[in-house]
Amino acid sequence: MKKSNMKSINKQTKSMLITYAMVIAVFIIVEIMISTGMMSSLMQGLLVPLCIYSIVAIGLNLCVGYLGELSLGHAGFMCVGAFSSAVFSKCMMTSGMNETLRFILALLIGTVVAAVFGWLIGIPVLRLRGDYLAIVTLAFGEIIKNVINVMYLGRDSKGFHFSIKDSASLNMQADGKMIIDGAKGIVGTPNQSTFVVGIIIILISLFVSFNLVNSRTGRAIMAIRDNRIAAESVGINITKYKLMAFTISAAIAGAGGVLYAHNLSTLTALPANFGYNMSIMILVFVVLGGMGSFRGSIIAAVVLTMLPEVLRGLADYRMLIYAIVLIIMMLFNWAPKAIEWREKHSLKRMFGKKEKAEEVQ
Amino acid sequence: MALLEVKNLGISFGGLRAVDQFEINIKKGQLYGLIGPNGAGKTTIFNMLTGVYKPTDGIIKLDGEDLVGKKTIEINKAGIARTFQNIRLFSQQSVLDNVKIGLHNQYKYSTLTGILRLPKYRKMERKMNEKAMELLKVFELDDKADFLASNLPYGEQRKLEIARALATNPKLLLLDEPAAGMNPNETIELMDTIRFVRDNFDMTVLLIEHDMKLVSGICEELTVLNFGQVLAQGKTKDVLNNPEVIKAYLGE
Repeated sequence: MKKSNMKSINKQTKSMLITYAMVIAVFIIVEIMISTGMMSSLMQGLLVPLCIYSIVAIGLNLCVGYLGELSLGHAGFMCVGAFSSAVFSKCMMTSGMNETLRFILALLIGTVVAAVFGWLIGIPVLRLRGDYLAIVTLAFGEIIKNVINVMYLGRDSKGFHFSIKDSASLNMQADGKMIIDGAKGIVGTPNQSTFVVGIIIILISLFVSFNLVNSRTGRAIMAIRDNRIAAESVGINITKYKLMAFTISAAIAGAGGVLYAHNLSTLTALPANFGYNMSIMILVFVVLGGMGSFRGSIIAAVVLTMLPEVLRGLADYRMLIYAIVLIIMMLFNWAPKAIEWREKHSLKRMFGKKEKAEEVQ
Repeated sequence: MALLEVKNLGISFGGLRAVDQFEINIKKGQLYGLIGPNGAGKTTIFNMLTGVYKPTDGIIKLDGEDLVGKKTIEINKAGIARTFQNIRLFSQQSVLDNVKIGLHNQYKYSTLTGILRLPKYRKMERKMNEKAMELLKVFELDDKADFLASNLPYGEQRKLEIARALATNPKLLLLDEPAAGMNPNETIELMDTIRFVRDNFDMTVLLIEHDMKLVSGICEELTVLNFGQVLAQGKTKDVLNNPEVIKAYLGE
């Protein structure tokens, strides 16, 4: 009795450790490749975006895979996290604050602001059922992008000035500096997002997500996904746990946004980076990687982001191949025959058989 | 004093009076049966008792506490747990986790404790595992703790649902057709289990059932419902011999 109990815990821990090990192994391999000059500068430029997409995909997986609610606005949470942290970093740049401390604070601010937005949106919307959340988050992503595009924030010796008209209406002193310049966004954020930082944030996101889903709270969240009425009947507060899962999911997306903001020196809210295309792309990572599998989300994010770049040499054919890979991944992950084949040939099963045989002896 | 006291309970859906003037008194430790033809309003009564539907009128008192208008989770905390006619398990989670979800309000620790895996997390999880395995053992499901709930055979899914309901530490257990889909042997086994639960967990049970063998075998008192109204009420033997009950439900 005790033994079977232990086994189930081990299974979860094992999957967790494999994922951590995978991330660290990739990190080591990439570092070796960089130091030996085996990696093109194009690829090196992709490393941080890969981390960003992986992080946001982990966050979205919490919402889609574990809570079972569709969000089409995670790019919006990324955007909120990116801009709030960039504003902080820009303001603090001249203060002489330790750079690492500044980045950590920026990360915290971006995460918390995204969480607050997630919470605010969740309060009214998560009380509803069905597709409402998808529609509202989709709208949120679009609105936040447009709002940021008309925001003007400046700072001079008198303090902060804010306007939603244009930069002239800020009425700043001669020494004033623009922080957010409308559609031109934020210029001159410090470039502190390195591959190492990205990997660390991935590991933190994984740690939070794994531990969350394997705790009392995580079980309650999955109970709501599996059967709302039954969850209520055993005394689980539906609204509370839905809101909690959604807020944490938004916070992780916000952390991805912070990484994004500190990767390039110019931060603008364009449809290309924070529009619904981005939200859909991240949803594609989550769905193809397997809902409820954080490891799958990371693998899908990496493969699907690298692919178009790797195939650049094939010119016109690259989008064709990208599409074919998408379809193959989908079939491999979800087709019943493929799942059957995978179960038959998986390492786990082979090991499992061995264990059983030993028990008999 | 009665544990569950229901008076004058009624509910209308638009123009339809689904349940009218329903009354019931269940003493502590009793095995009580609620029977009646399909559509008589039995499950509707369960739904009112558990706060899924709000009664149009009437009083529901558990241990003297008024439950009308309270939410499902408040009623569960007050001490009523139930199973469902169409099984509602957390199908994508293990058998053990299903019971642990039932223990949600018995063993508490904060979300942050869970994320940071503080010592309290380990202590509580260990206690939860022990308690859950203890419950599973009663239903002979302990060797299947790792199975996905949806992979259990039908009869065992019903048992798991009862185990999960018991995990919430209720005073009153509502079973909605617990023997549905079971073969005669499984039904006899279930009868023993229900008696065991009553005796060992100090439980009061109200059950809806169509299987007359189970009803006459374990229920001490019965209420027969017909078209939303009480047709007969009293000791099982007397009720089952009541000519009106035979005419409306049992058949001559």
